[in-house]
This record gives sequence, structure tokens and C-alpha cells, in this order.
Amino acid sequence: MAQTLYDKVWNAHIVEQLGEDTLLYIDRHLIHEVTTPQAFAGLNENNRKVRRPDLTFGTMDHSISTRSLALDACGPQNKLQLQTLADNCAAHNIQLYPVGHKNQGIVHIIGPQLGLIHPGMTVVCGDSHTSTHGAFGALAFGIGTSQVEHVLATQTLKQSKAKSMKIEVTGKLPIGVTAKDIILAIIGKIGHAGATGYVIEYCGEAISELSMERRMTICNMSIEAGAKAGLISPDQKTIDYLKEKDFAPSQEYWNDAVSYWQSLSTDADAIFDTVVTLQAKDIQPQITWGTNPGQVVGINQAIPSPDDFDDPIEKESALKALKYMGLEAGQTWDKVKVSHVFIGSCTNSRIEDLRAAAKVAASGKVKSHITAIVVPGSVAVKEQAEKEALDVIFKEAGFEWRLPGCSMCLGMNDDVLQPGDRCASTSNRNFEGRQGRGSRTHLVSPEMAVAAALTGSFADSRQFGE
Amino acid sequence: MTGFTELSGKAAPLDQANIDTDQIIPKQFLTSVTRSGYGKHLFHDWRYLDLHEQELNPEFTLTQDKHKEAKVLLSRENFGCGSSREHAPWALADFGFGCIIATSLADIFYSNCINNQLLPIALSSNIMDELFEYVGSNPDVIFHIDLPSQTVKVGESSYKFEIAQHHKQNMIKGLDAIGQTLDFDQSISAFEEKRAAWL
Repeated sequence: MAQTLYDKVWNAHIVEQLGEDTLLYIDRHLIHEVTTPQAFAGLNENNRKVRRPDLTFGTMDHSISTRSLALDACGPQNKLQLQTLADNCAAHNIQLYPVGHKNQGIVHIIGPQLGLIHPGMTVVCGDSHTSTHGAFGALAFGIGTSQVEHVLATQTLKQSKAKSMKIEVTGKLPIGVTAKDIILAIIGKIGHAGATGYVIEYCGEAISELSMERRMTICNMSIEAGAKAGLISPDQKTIDYLKEKDFAPSQEYWNDAVSYWQSLSTDADAIFDTVVTLQAKDIQPQITWGTNPGQVVGINQAIPSPDDFDDPIEKESALKALKYMGLEAGQTWDKVKVSHVFIGSCTNSRIEDLRAAAKVAASGKVKSHITAIVVPGSVAVKEQAEKEALDVIFKEAGFEWRLPGCSMCLGMNDDVLQPGDRCASTSNRNFEGRQGRGSRTHLVSPEMAVAAALTGSFADSRQFGE
Repeated sequence: MTGFTELSGKAAPLDQANIDTDQIIPKQFLTSVTRSGYGKHLFHDWRYLDLHEQELNPEFTLTQDKHKEAKVLLSRENFGCGSSREHAPWALADFGFGCIIATSLADIFYSNCINNQLLPIALSSNIMDELFEYVGSNPDVIFHIDLPSQTVKVGESSYKFEIAQHHKQNMIKGLDAIGQTLDFDQSISAFEEKRAAWL
């Protein structure tokens, strides 16, 4: 029978079929400080060991400072959590990349960067944005802490198979429109829960033309449409990206690995449970106006009115969101003033994101009333950016250049907004209070975030640079 | 863990779609390294008027006397969306909830509930309308949840709900999921023998 990429990866990891449940083997387990302490405590209480420390990799990212390498820079509670991760990794022989290590960074940035993620793998992490790794054609999804404990102890998870959704983005993307705009447009079309119960496969010309880093931006936000995971078929770009990475298959096995990866693509006659199509030419730079990522419009569209929604629950959500966001229906974006700009997060803090942002930043200065920060996704990204003098461009334009971490995406450190602050953010969630109680988040691409910093309000980034 | 078979109690209505786990338990409470003590921070931003949790917001459902003893939480589409933080079900359970009934629940949140003996139930939008009406007209109405028969009874009405059999059995028996999987140790080892050499 014809199979999808998802079918193939799933079938290759079945340890046992237990009625309607499948015991799946997990190839990579990424861990960080926030969602693991209770899992290790559970193991210790039951005298259980970590089955495969060699398949488990840890980093510090969520609750660390972006101004200091000291573990206590954000207070004793953060330090305790970070120290607990270090102690647990040491006790169980798990490779940890702590603050200060050259491989440290946001978990979903460092995994791919080190070559830890290969096509066809199963990848889990106690973090919902694990979907990022689907860009390699890996089945990657976020799990809770009880499941983290389960994977630590057994290297498996019990799962039920999700339905399959094909999202095809046809044609060529207009100049100045980014991967972030594609994924926001997709979520806008199918809704914040539009893919709940599904694994998405993204395809079409606009997707296959994207670089690996851009594909990661797409897959990263699959969870924001409710999807279990989001995958992209591996191709030559995937293979080229992995070649010679630290944890890529060695020379001895490289050809075997590549042949296997090339066999994973969805068969031509495979059937998906649902198919969604978007035309790339219709996508313009996107900006969220509400309090979930599905509440999004193009920069040249006005802020919608609750009356634009037929569904009473959506209408009510829009009403509540506009009130929280301090916006008025019909308002145009040039009238919406920004107080903060955040460039970072597992969605948009890779070197290509920073290059694109720097290009816009070179054309102006951050407005004096705006606090704008750039937080590279990893030490390696930071070093590369500095080698290219991107940090100089940012600093000269008025941005702060910070140390790597999750930072203001969720504000578990001191990068927190105050009530009423309005932020143009390259992160993935515009939930109420996400970046600080009472704060207002607008999700945009790195180019759009810089355009907002230079203008003081929201503007079409295509007007800037060159 | 003790098993879950039935639960009877009042319900609190949160008549809103897309309640995410950032609302259920904000990030500043995620630095703890234990599983307990999250209940007092549940819905922090909505429940308290101040950062130090001194002043309750009288407008919020869970601070109102009529809903104080609630064991069942009612909501709408996509409850528990967003972050995978298991602190969300820990907070709901610690507060006193034993069951969440919503039009739909997000995937990761659903699994996290099952793993914490917090019963997640999805019912159709029409049925949810009826349940909200029951609580709206009488906040003291008792919801009877019976897991073996997969029914929610309230007033004269009775509603069937779906749950995967393995989830149902794990909830009822309060089984240790890891212990169950460790029984397949030989199968796991056999699988590991066959993994590709480059992995």
C-alpha cells in the first residue's frame, strides 16, 4: 500500500503493537531544565535508570539570563532548576551543554545544528516546539514530563497514530515574503486548532525551495495549529545540510544513511485524510492582531472586526482579543505604536534570520522610545553572526545584542514585558500574558520586527533595505 | 497512583475557546522542581488582581463562592493548547479538579491529563451548550462522571463520552505506565539490536 512519510517513519519504529496503541522507539531525546526535574525525581524514587543516555542530549535555555553567564543571574529558583539539570545529567551520564559551552543554545536550534536530527528519526522533547525537527523528515513532537520520565526509563512511548494532513503551498513565494509568513498564513487559514489530531506534511514548490533553516521555522509552528507534528520530505538540501555535522552519520555509513533517507518520501499515490492548498503568490507579510496565532492578517489588511466572524465563539474570541490587545476594528497597522521588539526564539533566531534582520536594520535606527533586543538561538549562531559583523549592524542601529536563550519568547528569565507594553516579536505565541502579564505580542517575521523598530509602528518590511 | 472510577461534584464554567496552558499556569511558576504546590497559582493572571496573589479578581469564575468547591471544569474548543507544560494538569488537580469537560482538548494536554488521573472529556458543541446552561441556571447542580460506563450525568440528562481503551484502563487501575512498558524490555532490546548502525 502506498505510504506517506509519516507512515514510513511510524512503521520503522514499532516495538510492539498493543491493541490500538503502539509502543514506538525514540531515537533522540532532547532535554532542558524546565520539564525534566520531576521526571528525574520519579526515576530516582523508583530506582530506575536512564536506558539510553547516549541518545539523550541536554541544554540550558528556558530560564537562563541573556545578559550574564551566571546561573543565578535570574535568581535562586532559576539557579536551582539549572543546577538540578546539571546534577541529573551528571548522575545519569547524559551529555549536557550548559551555559558557557560552545554547543549551548535553544534546544531546537542546537539539535539540528549539531546534526543530531536525521531524516526518519523519532525525536521527542518536553517542549511543544519539538515539531521544529520535522523539517528533516523526522517525526518530532513535544511531550509532558511524565512522558519524559517514560522515555528516560524505556526509550519508548505509547502512542496512537494521528490522522494525516497534506498542506501544499504552490508556486513561488513573492520577494520579501518569508517562511514565517507562510506558516502564519497557514495557521490563519486552518485555525489555531485546525490540525488537532493530525500530523502535517508540508509540500509544494514554495516549501521545497526553502532552505533547511526556513523549513524549521515552518515546522516549528505546527503546534500552533494544534498538530501533533509537522514534517517536510528530506531532499538534497537536507542531505547537504547534514553532511559533516558533528553527529551526522560517519563516512563509513553515510551512503547507506542517504539511501535510506531518500526512500522516506511520501509515495506518489499515498492518500491523506485531509488536504489543504495555499497559493504562495497570495501570501503577504503577516502580523497577528489577537491572542492566538490563528488571529492573523496581512500587513496591508486592516485589523478585523468581531462582526467579520460568523461563528459566535470566534466572534467572542475576537472581541476579547481586541480588548486585551488595545486595538480597534478597522485600524490600520501604521497607527499601532510599538514599545518593544524581540528578535529571537526557536522560530526565528538562526543565522539566516539574523542576516535577514540585519539587512533591514542597516537601513535605519531604532526609534528612541523602543527597546529592541536580538537574542541569537545558540552560541554557534552568535559566533557566526559576530564573524559576519551582524552584531555591529544591530548595535549601530540601536538593538541590544544578547546571549543565547529562549528569553522573551516566554520570559522565564528577566526579559519580561510590563502591562501595556506592545512587542513586535519573532516568537511563536501571542497568548495573553505570554511575554509578561498584560503585555501585547504581535507575531511577525524578523524583517517585519526590524521594520517596526525603525518605524515605531508596524510597517511593510518590503519598503526597507537595499 | 490511585485509580479513577467515578467523580461527583459541582462544575465551574469557563465559557471560552482556546484556553492555553500559559493561562492555566504562567511561566513564572515553572521554575519549581517538584510536582506539587501549583494549585494556588492556577489561572494566576485571571484569578488575581496583583502579582503577589493577595487580591482576588471577583469577576473570575473560580473566585466566586458559587463555584469554589467545583471538581469539574467546563470549557470550549482547544482547551489546554500551547505549551507542553505538565504543570498545567498539576495545577488543575492540585486546585481540586478531577475532570475537564470541553468541546475539544489539545493533544499534549490530553496525554498529560491521563498521566495525572485528571479525566479529560470531549463532548460536542451542542452538548457543551447544554452543560453550560445547567450550571448557568443552577451552580449547585451536581455532575456525576462515571468512567467505566463512560457517562456524564447531570440533572435528567446523561451523555456518553469517548475515551481510548488503554487510557480508560490506565485511569481506572491507576497503573504505572513505565512499569507496564518495562515488561516489554526484551522487545525493546530486540528492536535496539536491529537499529541502523549510524543511529
